[in-house]
Amino acid sequence: MSTTFQLNGKSTTLDADPNMPLLWAIREVSGLHGTKFGCGMALCGACTVHLDGQAVRSCITPLASVANREVTTIEGLQSKQAKAVQAAWVDLQVPQCGYCQSGQIMSATALLEKNPAPTDADIDGAMSGNICRCGTYLRIRAAIHAAAESAKA
Amino acid sequence: MSSNINSSTIATRREFLKSAGAVGVGALTIGFTLPVPTRVQASAMAAAPAPFAPNAFLRIGTDDSVTVIAKHLEMGQGTYTGLATIVAEELDADWTRVSVESAPADAKLYANLVFGMQGTGGSSGIANSWGQLRDAGAKARAMLVTAASNQWRVPVSEVTVDQGVVYHAASKRQTSFGSLVKSASSLPVPATVQLKDPKDFKLIGAKSPRVDVPAKCNGTAVFTLDVALPGMLVALLKRPPLFGATVASFDGAPALAVPGVVKVVQVPGGIAVVAKSFWAAKLGRDALKVAWDDSKAEKRSSAAIMEEYRRLAEQPAQSARQDGDVGSALKGAAHTVTASFEFPYLAHAPMEPLDAVVKLDAKSCELWYGSQFQTADQAAAARVAGLDPQQVSIHTLYAGGSFGRRANFYSDYIVEAVSIAKAFGADGTPIKLQWTREDDLHGGLYRPMYFHKMEAALSADKKLVGWRHVIVGQSIMAGTPFAVPGKPDPTSVEGAATIAYSIPNVSVELATTKTGVPVLWWRVVGSSHTTFAVETFIDQVAREAGVDPFEFRRGLLDKSPRLKGVLELAADKAGWSSAPLPKGKGRGIAVAEAFNTFVAQVAEVTVDDTGAVKVDRVVCAVDCGTAVNPDIISAQMEGGVGFGLSAALYGAITLKDGRVEQDNFNSYRVLRMSEMPKVEVHIMPSSEKPTGVGEPGVAPIGPAVANAIFAATGKPVHVFPMNRGDAPVGS
Repeated sequence: MSTTFQLNGKSTTLDADPNMPLLWAIREVSGLHGTKFGCGMALCGACTVHLDGQAVRSCITPLASVANREVTTIEGLQSKQAKAVQAAWVDLQVPQCGYCQSGQIMSATALLEKNPAPTDADIDGAMSGNICRCGTYLRIRAAIHAAAESAKA
Repeated sequence: MSSNINSSTIATRREFLKSAGAVGVGALTIGFTLPVPTRVQASAMAAAPAPFAPNAFLRIGTDDSVTVIAKHLEMGQGTYTGLATIVAEELDADWTRVSVESAPADAKLYANLVFGMQGTGGSSGIANSWGQLRDAGAKARAMLVTAASNQWRVPVSEVTVDQGVVYHAASKRQTSFGSLVKSASSLPVPATVQLKDPKDFKLIGAKSPRVDVPAKCNGTAVFTLDVALPGMLVALLKRPPLFGATVASFDGAPALAVPGVVKVVQVPGGIAVVAKSFWAAKLGRDALKVAWDDSKAEKRSSAAIMEEYRRLAEQPAQSARQDGDVGSALKGAAHTVTASFEFPYLAHAPMEPLDAVVKLDAKSCELWYGSQFQTADQAAAARVAGLDPQQVSIHTLYAGGSFGRRANFYSDYIVEAVSIAKAFGADGTPIKLQWTREDDLHGGLYRPMYFHKMEAALSADKKLVGWRHVIVGQSIMAGTPFAVPGKPDPTSVEGAATIAYSIPNVSVELATTKTGVPVLWWRVVGSSHTTFAVETFIDQVAREAGVDPFEFRRGLLDKSPRLKGVLELAADKAGWSSAPLPKGKGRGIAVAEAFNTFVAQVAEVTVDDTGAVKVDRVVCAVDCGTAVNPDIISAQMEGGVGFGLSAALYGAITLKDGRVEQDNFNSYRVLRMSEMPKVEVHIMPSSEKPTGVGEPGVAPIGPAVANAIFAATGKPVHVFPMNRGDAPVGS
């Protein structure tokens, strides 16, 4: 059975089990590897993508549920906010092992696209679903504030 | 600067050869014996002029590119950047032209000089590579200088190097590294070379950007999860629900009925479902019917095991350190202080669940994964495959965290992967073994459970005169090549037997236990529990003596100037005072020496009326000798605080009738964004040789927080983790 949706701005039809989580469809069927598997239960955020602009956990999102909707992965980030987030991540040297960072960047970008000047509490709210075992949280917070500043300009 | 693990698809073997050839174009090899070349290297050399590769750690291309070959695994600690910095410093390379690639498995060339085998751990990467890589960089530089001096017919002493360019100032001539590759390659490697005076360091001590960061910010960094070889299948393994159980019988038919499932095979570790996709393999594994033989399995609960440990702590144990006569000191003491501490099993839970890709045929075994013990894994893979170790090649990729998990002499997941490929038919089909988070938390090789019993003796004038520390728990080293039979396992007692405080009578004793639960080192190893016991108990003793805990420690550290140094630095930067803070707030201090690095931390906490703890601020001072990259040191201290807090506040793997009770991050809780304190890091200036920073920052945070909680509430913390659901903090 096939599912058609917009993947990073391109109409995409995947012939796969409609119950297959979007995570595995974009990784193994579409071959986009930036989105990671961490828990399979929406508990860690490593698999975060944007669905119609909202940050969602692709590991529990059935492929069929994204039919005719817009999915953006780390490979498809284009917005001013996204570019500011990625630049701040490099500038502040956020990643350590790096495995969770695609998901962190997707969550941070979704936050800034809705809220151009998040407070620390806003950041806690938007980012507490994304686990980093290396403990890069301080730099993530600083990078979100820095990205908010630079995206304003 | 970049790392070479950054294309989003791993090349096939043929593409590997092609791209290896491309790397080698216009470069050449000289002098120094290269190791037995891997097939990839051999092909690259045949296809193109060799690079200037004066040793096993460095290659310079005619395009001026400098490639540093890293013998250590990059798992987040920043070692690729640190290793490259050391080479580039002595070479006077242009940092923007430096890239890093991982070394093949080779015990001779790429052994960790601390371990005697290739491997990453014990925060030893930079420490063991320091001399080796300075020498490698300096010799290459000397050869480039000689090549230029020959070419220009000027004395070597007049030739200088700066950022990848070689100069002769008097004649205003200059040339790049790349143009000297051919001539340098014909020169002999000098037997000795003058290393730089540290005052001339430009890269060491600078905050050079990490080589791996750009690819980790755009999704192109390649982890094992991302390896996609043509025709590759995905395997999930159903393992026994109890440690020590085995397969009694199984029915693979329901799994085979799942579309996409290719084969179901039995291996020593369980039943593997091999499928065309992860999802098919998962559905297949869920459908599998297996009956287990648990006649030899561990069926106890962790509470029962701890009960046994408490009893063992009262019995004679093996001595790990004995100074003076602690028995007499305790008997004659004016005041005695006692305490006991309990620590649970801990999972490492790296963000990337364990995974490995294997391609096995009759004559070779090729592996792609984040290998932490390359040559041990190579031997294990060869044993399972029935091949010679030389027939096993390992491509070390980035690891999505490890915290010790990927470094194990059991090579558990590599043995699984190769066993599955063998049972599948060893027909060259690439197979990716993928663990799920549940597999990770149920999979054993935990930080062991421990029970500690402490007694201290104070004289009539409140001086600490006796210290007895009994530790009960499993040995990490037992049964491994690192074990020393008959001796106490140093990883069980490090941080306790090595206590730095000057105390006339000290006894540290160890009761080594056995359970059916497999155990392993976990970030900062023994100090993950010993530091907590020592550093909260010393606070308790200081209270009994009526002395400020900072001053009490300071008075006992005359023989450990570096530990005393970080203690004073942290206290100074934190504005230490044991004067009470506002209600509900407290401040605590703790120190640790781990892997020859010295760390002190001051934690400030708020405890609300319900007993909920918020760690507000941590001030950290670290002395790791020469600071190779201060920003990475800070990052490791920040991360160490976060990792240590996860364990101190929430971490526990518990067993009920032998079955692990935690399944995923809902029941194995780890620190999240909203719980991360502010962390300030202060690095002690030092010209000592560099020591590691990946682990030591983890050790003091638990006791610093516990001591702060006591300051806020008057309640000591004796059981880990501090937050146990319904149990209030400080019980």
